[in-house]
Amino acid sequence: MPVSAASPFYNQEHEDFRAQVRRFVEREIVPHIERWEAAEELPRELHRKAADAGLLQIGFPERAGGVEVPDLFYMIVLTEELARAGSGGLIASLMSHGIATPPICHTGSAEQIARFAAPVLAGEKIGALAITEPSGGSDVAALKTRAVRDGEHYLVNGSKTFITSGMRADYITCAVRTGGEGMGGISLLVIEAGTPGFSRSPLQKMGWWASDTASLYFQDCRVPVANRIGAENMGFMAIMMNFNQERIMLATQAWAFAKVCYEDSLIYARERQTFGKPLIRNQVIRHKLADMKMRLDAVKAHLDILAWRVSHKQMPVAEVCLLKNHACTALEWIANEAMQILGGAGYLRGSRVERIYRETKVLTIGGGSLEIMKDLAGKQMGY
Amino acid sequence: MKAIVSVKRVVDYNVRIQVKPDGSGVVTDGVKMSMNPFDEIAMEEAVRLKEKGKITEIIAVTIGGAKNEETLRTALAFGATKAIHIKDEGEVQPLTAARALAAVFKKEGASLLIAGKQAIDDDANQTGQMVAALLDIAQATFAGKVDVDGNKATVVREVDAGLETLEVDLPAVITADLRLNEPRYLKLPDIMKAKRIPIEATTLADLGVTAAAAVKTVKTVPPPSRSKGVMVKTVDDLVAALKAKGLA
Ligand SMILES: Cc1cc2nc3c(=O)[nH]c(=O)nc-3n(C[C@H](O)[C@H](O)[C@H](O)COP(=O)(O)OP(=O)(O)OC[C@H]3O[C@@H](n4cnc5c(N)ncnc54)[C@H](O)[C@@H]3O)c2cc1C
Repeated sequence: MPVSAASPFYNQEHEDFRAQVRRFVEREIVPHIERWEAAEELPRELHRKAADAGLLQIGFPERAGGVEVPDLFYMIVLTEELARAGSGGLIASLMSHGIATPPICHTGSAEQIARFAAPVLAGEKIGALAITEPSGGSDVAALKTRAVRDGEHYLVNGSKTFITSGMRADYITCAVRTGGEGMGGISLLVIEAGTPGFSRSPLQKMGWWASDTASLYFQDCRVPVANRIGAENMGFMAIMMNFNQERIMLATQAWAFAKVCYEDSLIYARERQTFGKPLIRNQVIRHKLADMKMRLDAVKAHLDILAWRVSHKQMPVAEVCLLKNHACTALEWIANEAMQILGGAGYLRGSRVERIYRETKVLTIGGGSLEIMKDLAGKQMGY
Repeated sequence: MKAIVSVKRVVDYNVRIQVKPDGSGVVTDGVKMSMNPFDEIAMEEAVRLKEKGKITEIIAVTIGGAKNEETLRTALAFGATKAIHIKDEGEVQPLTAARALAAVFKKEGASLLIAGKQAIDDDANQTGQMVAALLDIAQATFAGKVDVDGNKATVVREVDAGLETLEVDLPAVITADLRLNEPRYLKLPDIMKAKRIPIEATTLADLGVTAAAAVKTVKTVPPPSRSKGVMVKTVDDLVAALKAKGLA
């Protein structure tokens, strides 16, 4: 039977969904993104609009007000289209519930889902995930923020840092130490903004400007025991459960931003005249573009096959770690070449390539750094 | 009360149109196609009227080949309650479309046809008006605002001189202008649900309609490429330049 589809993984429904996201991005995001980058945060209104358009809910269970999808390709399409605005901070912050809310949906009670997940998926509240601490992020099992039981409350002391959407978040899914050392002593608490003893301050960054990244401080912060997600000292598993999907989505971002770099430099190479002819008429430039395309396609094939496996409930942990590294390092390489093709124009504020170039590094650091991903993959494969 | 909304499949508004080398038309093979944007506005208006309880049924109608099913699926995702596919692989001229829509209108006992004011492929801006003429019913074209109350519709029209308000008796034809509304974002569950709704198929012959051959396309040519602009230094230079071109 002759096959005309370009991929076995995407059908008409994915494309119909893509058209809607594209329209949303063109209408609601692109005209404003420079302003939000300068303001270093997104307006809450955007979360409501994105929920009204049905974008925040994709991939979450129906009982939380989500939209269940048969595969991860819907989320890949969503990320690919959001990336066209050329702002990593936009995706990180608008979608911070993508890391904050899954533990609540997987492990939380019906009441917790109604209180802490549903309003976030409806765009009325903002969620953040707080794991990293000033003393370290890679070694999650060593986190220090303490929560000591005091009747029907925990008394929380400690701090978190680099927290995406941390300034605006209403509900913070926070990893705390309730037990002894190591991963067996960690619990998850939802800490609500406004809880006495909780304060925060903004952090300024190289990229991801549109995302409000914060340090959070807890000083004798009283959090109801009812806000604990899952059993005491069982928080580590709830955190880890979402890592596969988070890493696939970070790989998707890396690929999608690399694609923007490739497309922008291709357009520029065709239009820019140097030495009396279009830039693209130089073999050196064509080779750059071909090498960019080769890496893009390799990452996409890698991404799609693993997204397919995870969609079918497989847990290819080592492979997903290596995919994240593959995608992020390809982005670094492609953004670098794109910047070179654009020349001075690429170095100026307002060019998508300029911003993406500044934002490559966060993807090799966050959600499991390059080194940690390699180590974890190696361990998983019994090296 | 039933409303019919006509939906046409056209080359997506984002696509850079390419004329076929032999001038027989524009390239559509492998090109992204979508619902005509004015028809999306018409669909949105119908859905809003239904949400306000002014109409009870929305029947989306398309004329064209097998691929037009996608356009009807979009209409169903918007909220059409029924979809009719008039299958025809040939060229559909405005008069053919008008005859077919008039036939469906009568058959369904509809009270309203809401159509886009034109389709962005041929920009004919004729079909709605022709349906009204064929059925001998009222028409209110280029609608910027629509209100339906009982057996009347009040339509604010965008005309050259400004805004004109018309009250028309139903049944009537209304064609949607750009500013009538902003079509909603279709949600994934609605897109998915729309795939499972059966579509009614019919043909021009079944409807007793003969295709019109009123228009013959002689040749399709791309618009002339824009010539380079000139910078003028003063208003006088500008006026002189416009005069030289016979524009002032
Ligand atoms: C913009 C931004 C947003 C973020 N958002 C969030 C958020 O929302 N929530 C959250 O909890 N965290 C967030 N993070 C934190 C992020 O997850 C951490 O930065 C990451 O886990 C690394 O931790 P670290 O920065 O403390 O580096 P460290 O763990 O101190 O590591 C420093 C360097 O040493 C390397 N390294 C560490 N251990 C080893 C080893 N054993 N072998 C070899 N190399 C090693 C690392 O790869 C890294 O290169 C964010 C970070 C950034 C930059």
